[in-house]
Amino acid sequence: MASSDRILEVRDLVKHFPLNQGILFKRQIGAIKAVDGVSFDLHRGETLGIVGESGCGKSTLAKVLMALERPTSGSVKINGRDIGRAKGAELKRMRRNIQMVMQDPYTSLNPRMTVGDIVGEPYEIHTEVAPKGDRRKKVQDLLEVVGLNPDHINRYPHQFSGGQRQRIGIARGLALQPEIIVCDEPVSALDVSIQAQVINLLERLQNEFHLAYIFIAHDLSVVRHISDRVGVMYLGKFVELGKDTEIYDKPAHPYTQALLSAVPVPDPEGREQRERIILQGDPPSPANPPSGCRFRTRCWKAQEICAEEEPLLQIRPGTGHESACHFAETHDVVHIG
Amino acid sequence: MSDIRPGGPVFAPEEVETPPKEVSKSSKPASLWTDAWRDLRRRPIFIASCCIIAVLVVMAIWPSLFSSIDPFNARTCELATARQLPSAGHPFGRDNLGCDLYARTIYGAANSLVIGISTSVFAAIIGGLLGLIAGFFGGATDTVASRITEIFFAIPSILGALLIGSTFRGSGLGIWLVVISLTLLGWPMTFRIMRAAVITAKSQDFVIAARALGAGSARIMFRHLLPNALAPVIVVATINLGGFIAAEAALSYLGVGVQPPEISWGLMIADAQRRFLEAPLPLIFPAVFLSVTVLAFIMLGDAVRDALDPKLR
Repeated sequence: MASSDRILEVRDLVKHFPLNQGILFKRQIGAIKAVDGVSFDLHRGETLGIVGESGCGKSTLAKVLMALERPTSGSVKINGRDIGRAKGAELKRMRRNIQMVMQDPYTSLNPRMTVGDIVGEPYEIHTEVAPKGDRRKKVQDLLEVVGLNPDHINRYPHQFSGGQRQRIGIARGLALQPEIIVCDEPVSALDVSIQAQVINLLERLQNEFHLAYIFIAHDLSVVRHISDRVGVMYLGKFVELGKDTEIYDKPAHPYTQALLSAVPVPDPEGREQRERIILQGDPPSPANPPSGCRFRTRCWKAQEICAEEEPLLQIRPGTGHESACHFAETHDVVHIG
Repeated sequence: MSDIRPGGPVFAPEEVETPPKEVSKSSKPASLWTDAWRDLRRRPIFIASCCIIAVLVVMAIWPSLFSSIDPFNARTCELATARQLPSAGHPFGRDNLGCDLYARTIYGAANSLVIGISTSVFAAIIGGLLGLIAGFFGGATDTVASRITEIFFAIPSILGALLIGSTFRGSGLGIWLVVISLTLLGWPMTFRIMRAAVITAKSQDFVIAARALGAGSARIMFRHLLPNALAPVIVVATINLGGFIAAEAALSYLGVGVQPPEISWGLMIADAQRRFLEAPLPLIFPAVFLSVTVLAFIMLGDAVRDALDPKLR
């Protein structure tokens, strides 16, 4: 893809949270390495899915991309400008280009504001986007775009269901016409039937407004449905990154294979025959990750080199996409049997 | 802008949401308050305390409605009739100086209410604003503000008010000296409550969403945090109001509160206690009024707290 299409460029992004000890004189005794060297690109109109288990750094990554947390090192460039270093008016202007949809529709809307005020707040903050007289009309248009009744502009969030609230959150994210929307588990708090509606809405909006999504989730089937490319995270690092078909049909990293083997299969016949990879133990603490490959403590392929040398995220022989494993080999876990 | 559209579905059995009752754009009734109001209207304690407070407010604004005698007029007092028992025209009898006790009790309501309400409001504003700032900015701001609050907390309130009252006795501030000293000693309570409520609200997703939109500190504080942290402060302010009225009486009794010729229940109690054994009524009447007033505000605060706390419903 042409480089002009690249709207988000993340390079060696690191976010460590210091661990302090001491009552009067605080001294740093370590750091939670929530995000530890992540690089990827996002192109216009593309969806990048990010999957991984709880605590692997997905949400921290989202916060750093949104400039809600400052990166410890590395860069997040939107159209060539680093949002991680931007301040004041420049940061405010850059925020117009990257917005987010949050996980919990019950806490992400201020219960004391009407829907009109919630969706119209972006215009009050960025007054240059819409003149005062047009705002109400714009808000009603947005409500219509996300499939809500524009007459409900004066209602309060508690008068809506979870799916409708998530639509309000999406309308708020769309208000400034951003190019990138970071969706941090946008459907995991919703019923399965509502999940599909919200996912379809996100897809329709993507086509309509040519949006690029960073789609964070732990539900692999949802990610597969919406994503063009998928990144798999483990303990603050990408272990595998590729097109959705590559990741799902030809996973090369043992961790991806284990994740995929855990996806529930709706077909009761195939379910009996397919391979199940059961990982031993829990993920190690992000404050003290293992040397070399971070997955080696739970990996059945681990050898001495895995403890000594950290595998880089790169295209490995025999695979068509990037993976971070010394012994990467494609292995179709989903379609066996 | 009506929610009822002609030709729309009249009956939708699946519809769980109830359309809002005339939510106008200018006045924005928050759902919590609407719910609380619905709950409050059904509480006998709330209704009783509101009735008592309403009577007291009328008494404070138009005392002449209740009493035809003006107690500020010295000619209504006759030393010869001191400590007279209740009689026609003087339903509570007369006090140590022969003044009409009923009129004095009625006229005493104004000072109690003015001092109680202004102290409560000022303490809520000062404590609330500082609490909002400390809770929102955290870090060094919070540490400094919290330590200052602890210093004020450490002062025994009656002792502190006595000190302020006797130092500035000649300043001519009148009842406002009482308000100032009680406010100085009362704001730390609201500060703590506000700070805790703001810290809770600060980590909520909608505040993070506002930051992601690029909202500034002032917008986050006054548009998002304050409305969501106000409820507990209002409850504490109402409950404290009764306490401030009682504190005014205590200070007046000790001689550093309201000064004669002003009338105050605390002063009346102080005057009457010297002859309490021979004439108990001059002490009992203002004391009963004082207790009922304090009780009414504390009950009101309790009822509001219960109504605003969904867990107690």
